[in-house]
Amino acid sequence: MDGEAVLREISLTLPMGPEMEIAASRAATAVAESMRMSADKIDEVRMAVVEACINAIEHSSSGDQTVYLSFAVFGRGEPERLEVTVRDTGIGFALDELVEPTIEEKILSKRKRGWGLKIMRGLMDDVQVSSGAEGTTIVMSKAR
Amino acid sequence: MTETLKLRTDRRDGLAVVYTDGYINNQGGEQIAKAAYELIDEGYRRILLNLAGTKIVNSIGISILIEIIEKMLEIDGRLAFCCLTPTIEKTFHIMGLAQYAGIHADEDAAVEALRTA
Repeated sequence: MDGEAVLREISLTLPMGPEMEIAASRAATAVAESMRMSADKIDEVRMAVVEACINAIEHSSSGDQTVYLSFAVFGRGEPERLEVTVRDTGIGFALDELVEPTIEEKILSKRKRGWGLKIMRGLMDDVQVSSGAEGTTIVMSKAR
Repeated sequence: MTETLKLRTDRRDGLAVVYTDGYINNQGGEQIAKAAYELIDEGYRRILLNLAGTKIVNSIGISILIEIIEKMLEIDGRLAFCCLTPTIEKTFHIMGLAQYAGIHADEDAAVEALRTA
């Protein structure tokens, strides 16, 4: 964004253990609270972070079994936008083969999962995904 | 750091309310499904999930809730939700759950809707 600067940035590395997504969501909450985001928006960021972490845990098959997160607060003096990056070093996936799930299809399907990206996109202002042989990176942002 | 889900079930005349307290992830979803299927086996066809005590869910947990919705459709039953946080309600709408399960602000409205459905 034009004129924006990184006001602060926090990095977090978490092992892909049970409920690590909750630890990640707590970190996201702390950063969002520090920039005085509204409670509802904080909750949305928190849930999007949970989904991004679960995607990494469930689908990355990463050798190092680690999720790398960063939380960057952008603004022009005052905090204006939170950007969350969730990265794994797994096998990646073909973005162009992703099919957006619908409830009509899922209710009849044996496989009911696969909602993560749709939820992230619905809760955050912007979600960018890049994926390849080096892993997957999700960059999500939300204005304060 | 665990956020184990606790459940409480209130069996009423022709309707059961399941109260959740905690994180609805895969284990939490399975717990809810087990409780719901027990209620179905007992003959209940109207089930309300009161999520007042749940502040966070994930998509795996919600996927299991979709399995319960599917089961209720198969037996011509009804599942409804009430007392959701704004984010959980928004998430359910993003996923389209409201097409197959009632989403209500409070328990009284949900019970009334289920009884007349």
